[in-house]
Amino acid sequence: MADTLIIAGREFRSRLILGSGKYASFELMVKALEASGTEMITVAVRRVNLTDRAKESLLDHIDTKKYHILPNTAACYSADEAIRTAMLAREVLDNNWIKLEVIGDEKTLFPDNQGLLEATRELVKEGFVVLPYFNDDLIVARRLIDAGAAAVMPLAAPIGSGLGIQNFTNLRILREQVTEVPLIIDAGVGTASDAAIAMELGADGVLMNTGIAGAGDPIAMAEAMNLAVRAGRLAYKSGRIPRKLYASASSPIEGLVR
Amino acid sequence: MNIIVNGNETHIVEGSVVSDLIRSLGLNPVRLAVELNRRIIRRAQWDSTTVLEGDRVEIVHFVGGG
Repeated sequence: MADTLIIAGREFRSRLILGSGKYASFELMVKALEASGTEMITVAVRRVNLTDRAKESLLDHIDTKKYHILPNTAACYSADEAIRTAMLAREVLDNNWIKLEVIGDEKTLFPDNQGLLEATRELVKEGFVVLPYFNDDLIVARRLIDAGAAAVMPLAAPIGSGLGIQNFTNLRILREQVTEVPLIIDAGVGTASDAAIAMELGADGVLMNTGIAGAGDPIAMAEAMNLAVRAGRLAYKSGRIPRKLYASASSPIEGLVR
Repeated sequence: MNIIVNGNETHIVEGSVVSDLIRSLGLNPVRLAVELNRRIIRRAQWDSTTVLEGDRVEIVHFVGGG
């Protein structure tokens, strides 16, 4: 059987979810999406520009038959704002999926877990498929799952920081304890090894944006992330050897020339 | 009459419905969402929802984001 990621009954062959922000051009974004192998792309909801109507629209460049669109509630600082944004997002493409962000602090972009829970409850009631971005906290994860989240998405490090996984212990505990819904590591990935480690920890998927869009060559980095996520997943499933302090020879002792 | 669209004062013909407004703004009507006085106006209602003096309208779409 194929090793696919299933969220709310929808199947994805790629375990990499990509953001569409910060690319120098739409052309570069399209090529990076292609190279990454992703099947799900996050987008933000913003006012239409009324003074420069000639400006191209993001969705003119994304094949929505090929990519599943995951709108976000980025820059929302309260449950109410996030709910309002999610409601608008649903109308744009008639798609009820939402990457839920309720931000609590401008400098760190850390989530306001209280507001997040409140918004998750409300949006699930409204029929949304809710994928919340939250702190790597088991108790919050459990509450989000109880509230009906379709996946839980703990951060590896602050959004856009590129610091990679900072708290192995929490993520490993989350991996062991969260069995009801997929666990997607969201935010903080800086390079391919970060993505591979996230997958080796047993994450069901990884979501990233800046790590690719901000790279010197975003298309090549997208390919690197594609390979890293697949390699990490394969390694996780293969069962790594235990760590030992001392050497264990790979070549036989017998038959040595004397 | 005047209304507020995306925070900007905008003049439109009296009796306009939401689809008239979108047309008069020169917007491509696909892949947009509209809120009138903080209430979502579903696409099917664009032709039957009249905009009134002083109304606050938000018209949004998708942009790049993570």
